[in-house]
Amino acid sequence: MSVRPIEAVNDFVIKFANVNGSGSASANELFAKAILRMGVPVSPRNIFPSNIQGLPTWYEVRVSEAGWLGRRGGIDMMVAMNPQTWDADVAELEPGGYLFYDSTRPLPPSKFRPDIQVIGMPLTEICNAVYSDPRQRQLFKNIVYVGALSVLLEIEPEVIEKLFGEQYRGKEKLLASNVQALHLGRDFAREHLNAPLGIRVRRADKVGDGIFVDGNSAAALGCVYGGATVAAWYPITPSSSVAEAFQKYCARYRVDPDTGQNRYAIVQAEDEIASIGMVVGAGWNGARAFTATSGPGVSLMTEFIGLAYFAEIPVTIIDVQRGGPSTGMPTRTQQADLLACAYASHGDTKHVLLLPEDPHECFQHAAAALDLADRLQTPVFVMTDLDIGMNQRLCRPFSWEPGRQFDRGKVMTAEELEAGKDFGRYKDVDGDGIPWRTLPGTHPTRGSYFTRGTTRDPYARYSERGPDYLYNVDRLLRKFATAATLVPQPIVRMAAEPTRVGVLYFGSTSPAMAEALDVLQAEGVQLDAMRLRAFPFPDSVARFIAAHDQVFVVEQNRDAQMRTLLVNELEIDPARLVKVLHYDGTPITARFITSAILRHVQVPATPAPARLAPELQP
Amino acid sequence: MTYIAKPPLHHPTLEKNKVGYTRRDYEGKISTLCAGCGHDSISAAIIQACWELDIEPHRVAKLSGIGCSSKTPDYFLGASHGFNTVHGRMPSVLTGANLAHRELLYLGVSGDGDSASIGLGQFAHAMRRGVKMAYIVENNGVYGLTKGQFSATADQGSKSKKGVVNSDSPVDLVGLALQLGATFVARGFSGHKEQLVPLIKGAIQHGGAAFIDVISPCVAFNNHPGSTKSYDYVREHNEAVSRIDFISGREEITADYGPGEVVDVRQHDGTLLRLRSLHAGYDPTDRAQAMAYMQDHQARGEVLTGLLFVDPLATDLHTALNTSDRPLNALDEAALCPGPAALDKLNASLR
Repeated sequence: MSVRPIEAVNDFVIKFANVNGSGSASANELFAKAILRMGVPVSPRNIFPSNIQGLPTWYEVRVSEAGWLGRRGGIDMMVAMNPQTWDADVAELEPGGYLFYDSTRPLPPSKFRPDIQVIGMPLTEICNAVYSDPRQRQLFKNIVYVGALSVLLEIEPEVIEKLFGEQYRGKEKLLASNVQALHLGRDFAREHLNAPLGIRVRRADKVGDGIFVDGNSAAALGCVYGGATVAAWYPITPSSSVAEAFQKYCARYRVDPDTGQNRYAIVQAEDEIASIGMVVGAGWNGARAFTATSGPGVSLMTEFIGLAYFAEIPVTIIDVQRGGPSTGMPTRTQQADLLACAYASHGDTKHVLLLPEDPHECFQHAAAALDLADRLQTPVFVMTDLDIGMNQRLCRPFSWEPGRQFDRGKVMTAEELEAGKDFGRYKDVDGDGIPWRTLPGTHPTRGSYFTRGTTRDPYARYSERGPDYLYNVDRLLRKFATAATLVPQPIVRMAAEPTRVGVLYFGSTSPAMAEALDVLQAEGVQLDAMRLRAFPFPDSVARFIAAHDQVFVVEQNRDAQMRTLLVNELEIDPARLVKVLHYDGTPITARFITSAILRHVQVPATPAPARLAPELQP
Repeated sequence: MTYIAKPPLHHPTLEKNKVGYTRRDYEGKISTLCAGCGHDSISAAIIQACWELDIEPHRVAKLSGIGCSSKTPDYFLGASHGFNTVHGRMPSVLTGANLAHRELLYLGVSGDGDSASIGLGQFAHAMRRGVKMAYIVENNGVYGLTKGQFSATADQGSKSKKGVVNSDSPVDLVGLALQLGATFVARGFSGHKEQLVPLIKGAIQHGGAAFIDVISPCVAFNNHPGSTKSYDYVREHNEAVSRIDFISGREEITADYGPGEVVDVRQHDGTLLRLRSLHAGYDPTDRAQAMAYMQDHQARGEVLTGLLFVDPLATDLHTALNTSDRPLNALDEAALCPGPAALDKLNASLR
């Protein structure tokens, strides 16, 4: 059963199967970055277990000159470095795909497939011959296979050497030994292997000014730019690197050059409850503060989130979502915290959610969240996920408008209080539902008030009177309506021809959706697309749905949580919102979206025109 | 949580302190606690301490959790911002507030349910972290607002008003605070104002985490025979380890004690704690001794009060974090935002 080897230039998927803790991560990243430097877009994804050392880990790199950065599905080349997962890794290859493996120990023919190309290289033997230190033998094995791959796939060695030069600047010994290992691999491949393969890389110019960064670092940087000074956190996968990156960037940008003092405070709290408590305290006292967490942390923070909502305190929460419920799949991705965050805490509550699509927006939305939290005096969630947060992604460069000011919101000053300005902490003076606040210590005799989670009148005096309660909670609804006008607005991509079919999507689904839209367009399916960027939904969302008979809602959770929010908040007839749900913990693919939508477009589920709520008529 | 405000009229002859305030300026709303509640005496002691320390009321932030004790910040320092947070979580909110603005004074008010039961974790970690604050637990061994259930500080064998005997061993917050690294640890009694006021003054001026456990009898649910937190029980078993005088840096120090009786402890900010030792040889700067001494007396059924331990040179979380002298909440864009040029440079490093 011989199958033609896959032929593809700048359009293939290569997967590295490694052992956790073997030092493969940096070599694999080097591989991805080298292709990027050749002007060809790549999107790598870490697929890793909840483990420190010894368990299987994979690194899947999609190479796509077309710039499709979503996970594709299917593997064209497997670098099989882990005997534990050999059978599954070999089975995953597409027919005609390439298997690269360490052939130091011979394997029986039954371990291979007749429909793939097998490339054996005695990596262990080569390294054992050159290096005596066991640690070096292991680490350089990774660089040696990168060297071999550079020959097989025609990756320019100069590019890799340049990357080494940048990485080991000032560490000449390390630089030399890495270059040596690279050429060890290259020399062997040139001498013993059939190169190049049918799949290969060719220099292009499709990367432009894009940057290659992970979403957690980007969100942390957004917090630095957005003026966060207090960060309180508790370690939890996949969000821990947000706080760690914040620490790194603060050390770089936030140390007073004259005094050496820090213009930030980071506390690793005893748990998520204390983390959010510190953020609430700092926000109450006028410092911009954030925490980063994931689903289980949000569950723990819920009581405080309700307090911040009701007492109206600015809070920013970066939720890097992972697979739930409970401990769920800590190292897998999902968009399954939407409802838990949108309605966090007991009683009637609603919270602002921002939905970044990539690291560029993680940066933007983190900074925007700090502004919105101050402006709206309420918790604001940045709903990223593991796929965005823990993978480096090619995206637009970060940008910051010169002279951009923080929006500190309605904070009454000592001068205003002194001048006799009326201060009602929970009083709506201009119809937007947002009251004025004062910070502790502002004025000797005016503007103090008692913050509490209990009901109060517009002047913050304790009250259990019905009218006072209604004034307050109805004002909070008005404030939420104001929020819908301030949050990042949706982005629409209209089909080439007029259509009555639409699709809504958000967050990390974005790259797979972009690709799916191109594929569907090529198949003749006309689909208007709207990318949601925040909750509460601006009016344009209801208008978009009203303008279509059938709207797909693509999301990465089991229960169609975004669809629930749409139905609940906009009073949409559920029959018009078709679920497209991906929730196995892997990032959603264009293939999945395309086939799900094609199934419905060919056989419409509800042929009869749907009844529109009157307020949704276009 | 009353909405009854006290009349703001002051008698013109009321004595003013150095910053121009009378005692009345340190009051809050009228207490809604039961008549005779120990907590109201503590509020009065806080008012007295702040007035005597010449603190401008608005420079204090008062934070509490949930419970009878946590309601009290509404009854003192009406010109201060207050924050009645969630049950057992005052320490984290206070920590965040303190990080945001290091120049204010932070008063944490909590109860035994709030700090020893639901909030034991946050209590412990705030002590460990050395947050600069005066943390006062108004300890009555009972849940008042929910009508008389035991709290975690109730002594083993003590009897509730309904006659139920507590079989759990008690959480000793003073012992915990000592063990966890608090740098000012005291125990007071709400019925002993002369001792309590200087303890509160010392705690407020302390450079790190200051903790005072104040036994405060609950007249409604825990002031009966069989209770170990009743007025009678505490008066009979109170064993004061020291008499403390608080002397601010600018006051003249006069020696009115005989030699050997007095321990002068100068704190970080120059203030002086003058301790008249009632127990010969008791050294309040020796943590291990304080711990052993307290446990020894506790075993004999004595409630040891006074300043049990102080590290006069204690520093706080800001020192550990090396935060800027200028409060974080006062920093502007120029101080916080690296700007577009730095971002361009960063972008270049990510290609």
